[in-house]
Amino acid sequence: MFIGLFTLMIGYFVYFEAVLSPDVINNPYNSRQDAFAERVVRGSILAEDGTVLAETQVAEDGTETRVYPYGNVFAHVVGYSTRGRTGIENLANFTLLTSDISTLDQIRNDINEQKDQGNNVVTTLNVDLQQTAYSALGKNRGAVVVLEAETGKVLAMVSKPDFDPGSINEDWEQLTSEDDTDSALYNRAAQGLYPPGSTFKIITLLEYMRENPDYADFSFRCSGSLTEGNYTINCYGGTAHGQEDLTEAFADSCNSAFASIGLSLDETQFASTCGSLLFNSDLPFDLTYSRSSFTLADGATPAERMMTAIGQGETVVSPLHMAMIVSSIANGGVLMEPYVLDHVENYKGDIVDTYSSSRYGTLMSPEEAAALTEYMKAVVEDGTGRKLNDLGFTVAGKTGTAEYSNDKSKSHAWFVGFSDTGDQDIVVCVLVEEKGSGSEYAVPIARQIFAEWYTQKTFAW
Amino acid sequence: MISLIVELSRYVFIILIAMYTFLCFSVLRKKDQDEINHGWKVQNLITFLIHLLAFGVIFIQSWQVEIIVFYLLQFFLLQAVLVFTRLIYPQINRLVLNNMCFLLMIGFVILTRLSFDRAVRQFQIAAGALLLSLIVPVLIRKCAFLQRIPWVYGIAGLLLLLAVAFVGQEDSGANLSLVLGDFSFQPTEAVKLTFVFFAAARLARSTEFRDVVLTTILAGLHVLVLVFSTDLGGALLFFVTYLVMLYVATKKRLYFLGGMGAGVLAALIGYQLFYHVRVRVLAWTDPFSVIDNEGYQITQSLFAIGTGRWLGMGLGQGMPNKIPVVEEDFVFSAISEEMGGVFAICLILICMTCFIMFINIAMQIKKNFYKYTALGFGTLYGFQVFLTIGGAIRFIPSTGVTLPLVSYGGSSLVSSIIMFAIIQGMYLLKEDEELEIEKERERAARARAKARKAKKAGAGPEDRQRKAESGKQPKEKPARKKEKS
Repeated sequence: MFIGLFTLMIGYFVYFEAVLSPDVINNPYNSRQDAFAERVVRGSILAEDGTVLAETQVAEDGTETRVYPYGNVFAHVVGYSTRGRTGIENLANFTLLTSDISTLDQIRNDINEQKDQGNNVVTTLNVDLQQTAYSALGKNRGAVVVLEAETGKVLAMVSKPDFDPGSINEDWEQLTSEDDTDSALYNRAAQGLYPPGSTFKIITLLEYMRENPDYADFSFRCSGSLTEGNYTINCYGGTAHGQEDLTEAFADSCNSAFASIGLSLDETQFASTCGSLLFNSDLPFDLTYSRSSFTLADGATPAERMMTAIGQGETVVSPLHMAMIVSSIANGGVLMEPYVLDHVENYKGDIVDTYSSSRYGTLMSPEEAAALTEYMKAVVEDGTGRKLNDLGFTVAGKTGTAEYSNDKSKSHAWFVGFSDTGDQDIVVCVLVEEKGSGSEYAVPIARQIFAEWYTQKTFAW
Repeated sequence: MISLIVELSRYVFIILIAMYTFLCFSVLRKKDQDEINHGWKVQNLITFLIHLLAFGVIFIQSWQVEIIVFYLLQFFLLQAVLVFTRLIYPQINRLVLNNMCFLLMIGFVILTRLSFDRAVRQFQIAAGALLLSLIVPVLIRKCAFLQRIPWVYGIAGLLLLLAVAFVGQEDSGANLSLVLGDFSFQPTEAVKLTFVFFAAARLARSTEFRDVVLTTILAGLHVLVLVFSTDLGGALLFFVTYLVMLYVATKKRLYFLGGMGAGVLAALIGYQLFYHVRVRVLAWTDPFSVIDNEGYQITQSLFAIGTGRWLGMGLGQGMPNKIPVVEEDFVFSAISEEMGGVFAICLILICMTCFIMFINIAMQIKKNFYKYTALGFGTLYGFQVFLTIGGAIRFIPSTGVTLPLVSYGGSSLVSSIIMFAIIQGMYLLKEDEELEIEKERERAARARAKARKAKKAGAGPEDRQRKAESGKQPKEKPARKKEKS
């Protein structure tokens, strides 16, 4: 019996060393990491094509400088390492400070009293997509997330306002001063939580389909507003959409129709669907993020139920999470875990370790995903996303205009959608803070990203 | 250059300990006495090679002459132990002796690296305890009265524990030590010895229901007092040891299962009752959520082991001192960090061969009192190793017990050395028993041979006789059945 216990224990020990330890030791509390820096020159962070995003330059006298050639563009996702650590600099810290070089090189470095060159991490980030997203967002505050649906690769992740990781020490005072309202260090793409506005209708629609097998027969007469009890929901701009079916109601983002759907839904089931879509729970993502939240309890008032159905209730969600939900629609219901690290190589380019994409699970049935795709295509063909219908390939998406205060003129503009070509499709999620409607401000940004992606793809052919 | 030497030394350490570990298992299967003796010699050689190299590595990183002096003292002590023990007791169990020296050596090395002053203190205590341990096997052999005074052990042990519970010094949430002047000791360590003697003596005398109940009550009191002084690791150790002894003595599965049930129940109640227990469990299930407080120690231990990975950081190159009480409860993590996971696994295996050997010896002894004592110590040792290593790697919640012979701590060291010596005493008893039987056989064989010789003259009988004589040679019987334990 004891021998069995010992064997189990040794087995666990082996498992710990082989599988668990890399995750465990890459923890800011592990001060051993800093000791590595004494012996190893921090490795570089590279884009998917090998472009340098961060590297350490060693001067003649041995002084080391961390250089970020793209400055602010990759600020949040790549992060910084000289004032605490964030982003990939933090995630891959241990790898960057590990040196897998030959013993011969090691002896040579030792004799010359030189440090060993640390490993480089090659990320999934696409420089051109990132730059396109960065410039498309312009001076606005907001965030862009681009994922590859089939694999979960994070191709771009932009957040604004931004900062320059290369001069983080000089700028620190200003970035963290009390009267700073920019929160530039905050990665809005993963950490920012926003009311989802009409993008949430994707989820309301999914729930409606689940509760009503005959959902295709839905019809509604919209008079521009819907009143239940003493609460009134207005359609955007007060437009009366008239007689409409489900496709039209979704494509035109009709608030009245969706509010009426919201009144018919079962709160408990709705909450459980949202739970299965990772609301109120941890996301399978390695960089710092915030948990999205959905609260609709039994006995919610009609007002709460109507607002929740159109994404204006208590619900908040991060752009990353929204992109993940839509990526599962693009991927036949299967969610791939989003990841930023592709592989590790030593300074000579020999591959040391490869990270593969991994399947998180099924969020919805293939039929549900296919149906939602059709509804989202209608949005682009002849709805609020029609600015995307002349790109030369099919796009499915949903816009959103999220009001977040009583000032109706200010709202967050959303777009989330994906290319539906069947080949290395991308999911794009755009959020522009305090700007206005999704179709006016978010869709054009998405358009530039889709266009850039298409150019890259045709060029590759 | 120095860092390169340290780097390369890691491989040498691992190769050496792997050879040592291999010998632990392989020598036991060998039949030929010369080969066996050779195996033991190689083990000693490896022990001293690791010792020499380790101190060399420590020395080139500090360049302090004390290190060399200290090394020489240790070398002489270990040599003296090996030489004198074998001189006084030629029949001694070599594997147990070698492993004791090996584990002590590892302890000296890692403690010197962690804290020179503590290592010196450990060395002084070890020297004293080893000297004392030379007479222990004689005592076991000669003093038959040891088995006649169970209540003396029982009551004395209980009183000691009570003394700690009431006037003990608080140490990381548990009352553990008694302080007399500037000398403090942990009575639990001494009570480990008396407890096993008590249970063995009682169970050897009678396994009638009434007696078992009485014995169990006193044993249970030991455990309860430990629980109330919040030494839960100690309580668990005593509990499991008693349960195993009870089961082997009575062979009643019902007792064992009942005991296990009661144990689980007690654990659940303890969890509800003591904040101390809940903290340990929380630190086990999710240490990273309480990394600043309760989980600090275990996470630092995991960082150490994980950062060292398979090959280790190299002796002197890690940061094991970041782990609170690293010299005591978490010495395994320090070894794993600097010497590597492979080295650490070999160390577990070496501890395991000690345990197997203990149980093996226990199973071969005919006299119940000695059998149960050896079994009790075997269980105590094996379970303690399991608790401390399992705790350090987060396999089980950390219970705050030491790794016998390796961890820093005078009381623990003395009791472990004496425990090993007692086992040696048991082994010698077993040898005595066997010698009796061998003599019988020999006589019988000779008689047979003579009879045959009388029948027909030839070379055959001599052969047979030679065989019969060589039959008494193998002292180390592999005894495969040990695995059942």
